Amino acid sequence: MTNIEPSTPSKLDRSDVRVKHDGGFSASIRSFFERVRSGDLGSLPVVVGLVIIWSVFGFLNPIFLSSNNLVNLLFDCSTVGVIALGIVCVLMVGEIDLSVGSISGFASAILGTLWVNHGWPVALAILAAIVFGAVIGSVYALLFNRLGMPSFVSTLAGLLAILGMQLYVLGSTGSINLPYGSPMVDFGQTLVMPHWLSYALGLLPGIVIFVTGMRTVSRRQSANLSAPSLASLLIKAVAITALAEFVVFYMNRDRGIPWMFALFVVLVMAMNYALTRTKWGRSMTAVGGNREAARRAGINVRFIYSSAFVLCAGLAAAGGVMAAARLASSSQQAGTGDVNLNAIASAVIGGTSLFGGRGSAYSALLGIIVIQSIASGLTMLDLSSSLRYMITGAVLAIAVIVDSLARKSRVSHGRA
Amino acid sequence: MTTSQKRPPADPVLSLKGISKNFGAVSALTDIDLDVHAGEVVALVGDNGAGKSTLVKILSGVFQPTSGVIRFNGENVSLSGPSDALKLGIATVFQDLALCENLDVVANIFLGRELNAARLDEVSMEVRSWKLLNELSARIPNVRDVVASLSGGQRQTVAIARSLLLEPKLILLDEPTAALGVAQTAEVLNLIERVRDRGLAVVMISHNMEDVRAVADRVVVLRLGRNNGIFAPDASNTELISAITGAESNSVSRRADRKKGDQIQASGKPS
Repeated sequence: MTNIEPSTPSKLDRSDVRVKHDGGFSASIRSFFERVRSGDLGSLPVVVGLVIIWSVFGFLNPIFLSSNNLVNLLFDCSTVGVIALGIVCVLMVGEIDLSVGSISGFASAILGTLWVNHGWPVALAILAAIVFGAVIGSVYALLFNRLGMPSFVSTLAGLLAILGMQLYVLGSTGSINLPYGSPMVDFGQTLVMPHWLSYALGLLPGIVIFVTGMRTVSRRQSANLSAPSLASLLIKAVAITALAEFVVFYMNRDRGIPWMFALFVVLVMAMNYALTRTKWGRSMTAVGGNREAARRAGINVRFIYSSAFVLCAGLAAAGGVMAAARLASSSQQAGTGDVNLNAIASAVIGGTSLFGGRGSAYSALLGIIVIQSIASGLTMLDLSSSLRYMITGAVLAIAVIVDSLARKSRVSHGRA
Repeated sequence: MTTSQKRPPADPVLSLKGISKNFGAVSALTDIDLDVHAGEVVALVGDNGAGKSTLVKILSGVFQPTSGVIRFNGENVSLSGPSDALKLGIATVFQDLALCENLDVVANIFLGRELNAARLDEVSMEVRSWKLLNELSARIPNVRDVVASLSGGQRQTVAIARSLLLEPKLILLDEPTAALGVAQTAEVLNLIERVRDRGLAVVMISHNMEDVRAVADRVVVLRLGRNNGIFAPDASNTELISAITGAESNSVSRRADRKKGDQIQASGKPS
């Protein structure tokens, strides 16, 4: 190992004299602004958008920002949010699944039929619905990998075919009511965390960030690499904790944090870990960025595509089951209408690129909160769904415009 | 045609017999034979379309040959995919560099062979990346930058560093110095010699005769997808060029003659 200037003992990654390296908290703030200016926006646009949307709706109707309404919002977010999480997976590899709405509807139909009509145990019925989703995903993967069928077309065909299956399964009755008072429906409609538990869990993200951050710092220092300062780590952890505790406090003024939303957040965190900290996630990003390079690096590209399609369809089915619990019914309308596009729009609004190789699990969380806020706010203003569609469409367009402008800026600033 | 004076005694690491590759009606390669020994640099030269890159892609498992036998370490092998080649110990630096622009340098170097699959060991990977890059005297400012922000030469260095990661037995370099500056070219040539001295076999494609002469132990010429002679690195330019272009009188030699004529004319003129 040769340092350029052996006289000054320098860190392994700080030996190049041409690069400006400054440490400390002020530096990380400065580098954040520099990143934003060069077009590496991350989740900044969606956070700004959310603040604007909430201010406008809160001004027009103060009830919008009430704890009660926001708890409802969290319930509504969870179902489509889980579907959007699956969309993030397929978008990461640069593909699309247009049939997630139909899959979710069919999953809810399977749940209703098996559980209510055939008397299966509810857990088994849920499992069957999710397995069915995964099977559909593997069919898409087969069509894509073996026959080279573009996912856009195969899933468009799936959208129709699976909607047909949903109508067939539900048959003449058209809808099946799930029994009120069952744990399933309670989970979807009323169950919230005990307040003490939600406060305790609210501490967790900050602690995890701090502990893992500390470990990384000490490992990097012992490996003679530069490490982030303790202060910036502490500030980050405190800020996250403060935010989480405030949300918990605000929701606990009403009913509290829904268990269903907690499930959604846990899924988002698990997906985030898988995408950023595992070999599988690294391969997903690589395949989305440059498929041929990934293949030449020895990555099993077919397996990666398959895992993306299967996960997406499986999560769509899980979202469908949650939606059935939320509505206490499996109906012919489940999963139709705007479910498909809301799920895809959430992932894109949250910052996952439509072109593959760039995205984050958190985009599903942020995106669905934006979409659901618009829906809820417009409903409270007593505006018809015609306006809701138009405004959601405009927000999606703005999100994509911001994304492509940021991409141009990144290219000219030499960032990917 | 001259043969190499110092023939390595051991069996070849890699031995190709009668390799052909057709793309539809086009025969990109016909009946190619090639031996590469351990501790030897074989330069593969030829004009555009001679089939050099196709041959490299066959050796790295990207293409499958239409017919012919590949023997590696004395055993017949079939390379049905890039991962097969990597497992055998054949590492490749492609001409189109095959890096993922949306990933950072560390991720690219370790792509497909990350440490600790369930919980990526970023610190160890970063340390190893710095060591590899420092061995190459690479000028990469920050290994956490995405590859999109690097220059062509820096990308080449990353690609070479990546091929060395697995301690391969055979390294294939497709135009390793084409995009490099003077100092970096010298570094890469040094590196190739260092790799050879460690007992690895190196196959290098190049258009640059100077680089070929500098490091190659043997020069294998391909022409229109066929073997067209094996030369020692000190073979004359005329010999090499006529083997590459297929004629004694060709555009290169005619140009050289004309230049010589011009010079004689110029010196003969009264001032």
